[in-house]
Amino acid sequence: MKTSRMFPDQTAIRARHAALVSGSQRERWVTLAVVLAMAGVALLAIVRLEFSFARLGSGIVQLGTFLGLMVPPTPGTQLWALLKALAETVAIAFLGTLLAALIAFPLGFLAARNTMANRLVRFLTRRFSDSIRGVDTLIWALIWINVVGLGPFAGVLAIMTSDIGAFSKLYSEAIEAIDRRAGEGVTSTGGSRVHAIRFGIVPQVMPVLISQMLYYFESNTRSATIIGIVGAGGIGLYLAEMIRTYEWDQVAFIILMILVTVAAIDFVSSRLRLAIVGERTGRL
Amino acid sequence: MAHAIPRLPDTQIAALSAAYRSAQAAKRRTTLIGVLVLAILIMVAGRVAEVDLVKLWNNAGQLTSYLGRIFYLDNGKLVFTDIADWYWGLGRWMNRLWDTLLIAYLGTLFGAIGAFFLCFAATINLAVNPAQRFFARRFLEFCRTVPEIVFALIFVVAFGLGPVPGVLAIMIHTVGALGKLFAEVVENIDMKPVEGAIASGATRWQAIRYSVVPQVLPNFASYALLRFEINVRGASVMGFVGAGGIGQDLIEAIRKFYYSDVSAILLLIIAAVMIIDLVTERIRHRLISLEHGR
Repeated sequence: MKTSRMFPDQTAIRARHAALVSGSQRERWVTLAVVLAMAGVALLAIVRLEFSFARLGSGIVQLGTFLGLMVPPTPGTQLWALLKALAETVAIAFLGTLLAALIAFPLGFLAARNTMANRLVRFLTRRFSDSIRGVDTLIWALIWINVVGLGPFAGVLAIMTSDIGAFSKLYSEAIEAIDRRAGEGVTSTGGSRVHAIRFGIVPQVMPVLISQMLYYFESNTRSATIIGIVGAGGIGLYLAEMIRTYEWDQVAFIILMILVTVAAIDFVSSRLRLAIVGERTGRL
Repeated sequence: MAHAIPRLPDTQIAALSAAYRSAQAAKRRTTLIGVLVLAILIMVAGRVAEVDLVKLWNNAGQLTSYLGRIFYLDNGKLVFTDIADWYWGLGRWMNRLWDTLLIAYLGTLFGAIGAFFLCFAATINLAVNPAQRFFARRFLEFCRTVPEIVFALIFVVAFGLGPVPGVLAIMIHTVGALGKLFAEVVENIDMKPVEGAIASGATRWQAIRYSVVPQVLPNFASYALLRFEINVRGASVMGFVGAGGIGQDLIEAIRKFYYSDVSAILLLIIAAVMIIDLVTERIRHRLISLEHGR
């Protein structure tokens, strides 16, 4: 008796709670269909994109050799030039983020439901920022090079353009999420609409905007390291050149420089975020 | 009607308003210092980045004229008047666009699978020991800090031209980005089911399979879809460095000044990204409501 109490008849339990043990029939079919569809598309992609074990194998062997050649990392003879290019990269990210935030600020109000009553304006602003966001920073860099020529200035403009789209979307979402009572309070004491926005809405969204800006500054430093590949300034130019000429030890050095810089900016921006925004709990 | 507002004695008001004024002044001072520091940083950065407003002003017309030019065909007509001529290469471009989507898909899928197996090692609650957590986190950081185009550049040399290096580059970046997000999701789960499974004799991976996965799957899927959307954008420029997809045609069109092709391909990319945005947003909303329904 004792053993049967400790180890109850499992088959009986399974039979009694079949639905709990194996899930509903429909759910299982759906899961199976989703997994099969995903695997099918993956297989199609593997065939179409010409994956092969031979190619992967030889590539991995090649990569191994490159990795071996990467140690020890060295700056070669151009340490000074690399540092200057790195400073350029950070400057590009900084100015690009700042300009984008300034331009996107009014756009955010135009795209938010509670500050812009006109549906057409809202729709147009949103589609405008969507199309800007759909184009990668590198493409914008190529386009701006046509306008201001090769160099870091084109990079600043490229980062700025692609971030305007992202910022105006984030800003409009932040504005729509605010507590509207503050604005109503301002209006009820005789403030105009501009007053309501300035004293009722801006103080609520400012911390969100600033923390987004700092966050994007870090991620833009990463983007700014690559726009040099198409000639828009920064360290990317050196990186692409060193890869093309197989100077693997210098490639490793440049990548390490980028990693250190991004980590430093991450540290500074999270400190700044805490100092400006403070530990915030709750909705915003 | 005794609704008079009680009025403090003058000495008390004077003290209070003095305190208010000094608090205001202190706040203003901090803001002023912040603005000054920012201004100095802007000047320095402007110097380093060779910002030349005169040049921008003089060439600003070129942006509009460039944007104008890409909407004219070679014969001087607006592109919209002759869609067939504008999209002369539609078949070829759709092929390349399809390639781009598949690169993004495969990179996201493999990256998500890799992130799934790595993320548990990077969490506080499920890592085997602190050393494992430390190394897993540093590895994920490395994967997402190095931009995918840099991986693509290196892989193109190792694996040869074509979509393969593009997929691998996107995969590695996705492992880093999704691994971090997945780990954050796992750190927020309810640990009681895990304890239950372990108490009844489950191994670590069995506990993960039966106690963790059911809790995190909707969130994981939602993040993976979001990443897919980002990766489509990333895959569209992989061709710039020879790693497959529509970027190759785009950079050729920009470099060789095939103006109407530039607008045609750009609009294709924007349309594709927007459609995928919409579709994945739909699915993500359903996933999130599924999670709340539990």
